[in-house]
Amino acid sequence: MKTLVWVEHEGGAVKDATLSAVTAASKLGEVHLLVAGEGVSGVAEAAAKIAGVGKVHVADDSAFGHALAENVAPLIVELMGHHDAFVAPATSNGKNIAPRVAALLDVMQLSDILSVESADTFTRPIYAGNAIATVQSKDAKLVMTVRGTAFEKAASEGGAGAVEAVASTGDKGISSFVSAEIAKLERPELTSAKIIVSGGRALKDSETFEATIFPLADKLGAAVGASRAAVDAGYVPNDYQVGQTGKIVAPEVYVAIGISGAIQHLAGMKDSKTIIAINKDEDAPIFQVADIGLVGDLFKVVPELTEKL
Amino acid sequence: MKILVPVKRVIDYNVKPRVKADGTGVDLANVKMSMNPFDEIAVEEAIRLKEKGVATEVVAVSIGVAKAQETLRTALAMGADRAILIQTDDEVEPLGVAKLLAKVQEEEGAGLIILGKQAIDDDSNQTGQMLAALLGLAQGTFASKIEVEGDSVSVTREVDGGLETVKLSTPAIITTDLRLNEPRYASLPNIMKAKSKPLATKAPADYGVDITPRLTTLKVAEPPKRSAGVKVADVDELVAKLKAMGVAA
Ligand SMILES: Cc1cc2nc3c(=O)[nH]c(=O)nc-3n(C[C@H](O)[C@H](O)[C@H](O)COP(=O)(O)OP(=O)(O)OC[C@H]3O[C@@H](n4cnc5c(N)ncnc54)[C@H](O)[C@@H]3O)c2cc1C
Ligand SMILES: Nc1ncnc2c1ncn2[C@@H]1O[C@H](COP(=O)(O)O)[C@@H](O)[C@H]1O
Repeated sequence: MKTLVWVEHEGGAVKDATLSAVTAASKLGEVHLLVAGEGVSGVAEAAAKIAGVGKVHVADDSAFGHALAENVAPLIVELMGHHDAFVAPATSNGKNIAPRVAALLDVMQLSDILSVESADTFTRPIYAGNAIATVQSKDAKLVMTVRGTAFEKAASEGGAGAVEAVASTGDKGISSFVSAEIAKLERPELTSAKIIVSGGRALKDSETFEATIFPLADKLGAAVGASRAAVDAGYVPNDYQVGQTGKIVAPEVYVAIGISGAIQHLAGMKDSKTIIAINKDEDAPIFQVADIGLVGDLFKVVPELTEKL
Repeated sequence: MKILVPVKRVIDYNVKPRVKADGTGVDLANVKMSMNPFDEIAVEEAIRLKEKGVATEVVAVSIGVAKAQETLRTALAMGADRAILIQTDDEVEPLGVAKLLAKVQEEEGAGLIILGKQAIDDDSNQTGQMLAALLGLAQGTFASKIEVEGDSVSVTREVDGGLETVKLSTPAIITTDLRLNEPRYASLPNIMKAKSKPLATKAPADYGVDITPRLTTLKVAEPPKRSAGVKVADVDELVAKLKAMGVAA
């Protein structure tokens, strides 16, 4: 089977989520990549070095500059004429593009797969991860998105793929990029961090969140996450949200502070290796999944912990 | 401008889903069902656009069992003008839903179709994007802000790194994220009024669309269970544990 993987890149570098998608794709057979964007020859070279990659298709055109699904999907459909499966990482861009490809190919997408069981059978989470479905596709071609935390990252060095330019399918002229407010990260990225410190509604406001959570995260070299309640209340931006509808994370250590442990939050972090919870309510549901729990007032406990580390 | 809002009847988000012992699915017998939370946000947004004078009519559509009528009545009570139920006892996958919705749009000619970004039962996050593909329209997924400006719409999207704004030609497809708005509760008088608003019932066959599933669910299992660990008495004990794990020096 020949599989095409959509390469997500930023600032000239291949994003980690792509490497997990490559691993999933390699379980199906031969792996080809698509690098689409503006001024992406460097990305294509980097992509060709990913271990196990056969061919790298490069489409360099301003129409692909901001990964607009309206422009990228037809390009992928064109390439799917000689591929059997399409794989994208289950990131916000991947989730935006892949279903558009699937519908154009008239196939049902497999969203957020956790494992490849055979050439047509996969597992995926449903009901906020409270159930795992094993599904078999009857479609002639496969389209799927891959959960990054479920697959090891392919090595970014060692491969020797052949880079091949493909013709642009052009700008469909129905959508355009206007602007982006992308936060500059001073800490590790959530989805690839080894340690995450997350805060919930209990953190009161953005000043309190920063003054309480950030120093602990910095002591641990950790990324910072949050519950939906904390994001909705404006303590931190939307891209901090962990959960069913936010980011899915599985770090070595996840520290949940002042988070109750609603199923939608657990859906995003319960595959973490070690979960530590700090909550003043000893009956908070988060303690049912925590490996280490500390019952106490976070405003006393967290500064003390930061101090003693 | 007309706005179409597809709404799905799903397990209530407060209910913890239980996997059936025979591994065929999730037990929905005697479980509270509600409108998919993202679809409530979609209905709310459509009604706000009508209240602002941008939209003239809001039409709610659902594909599902007879009881999905209740979900549509909720949309009508919130302020939608009329509803369409495409009734079927079969499970319809996102691709099938998108094909049916494309046919509804051919009849209705809406200026905007606002869907939820994700149904909280199948967690597919596909239908809006598929519908946009089938209709050849632009898509603004994971919206946290929508502004209609003449014959285009500006959509601010929640993306991995933060926020992104795109401009789409209308008609366009939008899918809602959590922070687009806070849906209203229907008042009692509006719930009463909703009972007499028009609700048309159709069948998939009326649209001549093949909705045969493409995926077969072989098994549904519980995820590996985490068991509760230990409680530590104080910060010193926690620090000791972190050190033992090699997390702290
Ligand atoms: C469709 C849908 C999708 C959702 N998606 C997500 C998602 O992706 N991610 C997500 O997180 N949520 C999501 N939610 C929301 C979720 O249901 C919960 O509302 C949310 O996770 C609660 O956040 P919280 O734990 O911070 O707040 P709360 O539930 O209010 O918990 C606050 C906790 O802080 C503790 N506390 C208070 N004061 C102190 C103190 N001084 N010291 C120590 N502890 C203290 C309390 O005991 C309590 O346990 C979603 C909901 C819906 C309907
Ligand atoms: N059976 C259905 N009836 C009406 N709308 C639906 C149905 N299934 C999905 N949708 C819409 O599509 C969105 C995304 O669903 P999904 O792609 O299944 O995650 C939902 O939030 C609804 O707006």
